[in-house]
Amino acid sequence: MLTKRIVPCLDIKDGRTVKGVNFVDLRDAGDPVVLAKQYADLGADELVFLDISATQEKRRTMHDMVLKVAEQVNIPFTVGGGISSIEDVDDLLHCGADKVSINSSAVKRPGLINELSQKFGSQCIVVAIDAKKIGEEWFVHLAGGTIPTDIKLFEWAKEVEDRGAGEILFTSMNHDGTKGGFANEALAKLSDLVNIPIIASGGAGTIQHFADTFKLGKADAALAASVFHFGEIPIIELKKELRKQGVEVRL
Amino acid sequence: MDLKIVNYGAGNIKSIQFAFQRLGYDAVLSNNPDEIIKADKVIFPGVGEASSAMKMLRASGLDALIPQLKQPVLGICLGMQLMCNHTEEGNTKGLGIFNTNVKRFSNNVKVPQMGWNRIKNLKSGLFKGISEKEYMYLVHSYYAEDCDESIATSDYEIDYASALENDNFFGVQFHPEKSGKIGEQLLKNFLEL
Repeated sequence: MLTKRIVPCLDIKDGRTVKGVNFVDLRDAGDPVVLAKQYADLGADELVFLDISATQEKRRTMHDMVLKVAEQVNIPFTVGGGISSIEDVDDLLHCGADKVSINSSAVKRPGLINELSQKFGSQCIVVAIDAKKIGEEWFVHLAGGTIPTDIKLFEWAKEVEDRGAGEILFTSMNHDGTKGGFANEALAKLSDLVNIPIIASGGAGTIQHFADTFKLGKADAALAASVFHFGEIPIIELKKELRKQGVEVRL
Repeated sequence: MDLKIVNYGAGNIKSIQFAFQRLGYDAVLSNNPDEIIKADKVIFPGVGEASSAMKMLRASGLDALIPQLKQPVLGICLGMQLMCNHTEEGNTKGLGIFNTNVKRFSNNVKVPQMGWNRIKNLKSGLFKGISEKEYMYLVHSYYAEDCDESIATSDYEIDYASALENDNFFGVQFHPEKSGKIGEQLLKNFLEL
């Protein structure tokens, strides 16, 4: 049976891991390659690198990083942040990234999803969606969740699938950073609506939150940052408990 | 060891090269039939859409070469699928090395299958030291039907062939280059065949 995936997410700025990483026995917690190797050894199923560099020039350092990660890490990884063209994707895949994640650029020009999935295959195109629940409705937000749009989450998710996305990474702005659990109701609705895998993001605080997002939220994968970076939830412990609760994981 | 990766424009080739590099081997890309035919071992990769990959293969004349190779050949992902008789993807005729057909998963499951799945019914030296409890990383929308040449099966809606063997030809649906230490063990086994 296909297992549920546990996905640590690393924020990268100018080729270095951004603050907030406090790993045991690490020489250099700022080095994404060292961290990525550590996570692979500790049982992570996949990794996401989010480039938050401010300028295009600094982004080029991302290519070197991707190349080094691909060289040394033996599990799949996704690269996101500032990707807006076929050339961007071509460069990253050539450096060894397995998947790329696009967000604002897809909202601004939805045809980009079609172009990328036709050229590179759906399997490597992840569309990240940041959304916030306002009243009874979920609205898509841009630029790391700071800019609201009038696009409705579920309509956008369906469109993204129809245009050829291979996977959706859904972050709830209402839950992100709260450590109060994932947006399971919206996640379950998304999972029923589309037939591509859904990665849950935003709200991980406890092991039970992960179990809930797989069981109640029907998520295919769960992404988190700080609970892993600070060692609050060791991945092996998490997976053992998930298995005990009947969630299939790779152990 | 002379290890060649068939380079016909379809593939996640960098990751495969890096995986061999981690094992201490230099895998060289080649689309030159004279070089490929002389290699000790050949890797036939592939990612993307079947009919366009087959077109690229034909354009380089490699479609005729691959079935004639005598050394161990390992097809990975789409590479394995193209070694079968036929694939539903783009209604594409394959190389006919493996006597099975490739079909699309139904919409009763999420497509593509993406992630780690267990490999079972292991039947080949390719899996030396690898137990039935292990997992491999897969990303695919199409699967090879279970058949006599299956050397591993996986379960996603149905049991399908996740690895195949016929004489010197091997194929794996999963990505050993992305499947952690277990995947590296499989690549090592292939090199030691």
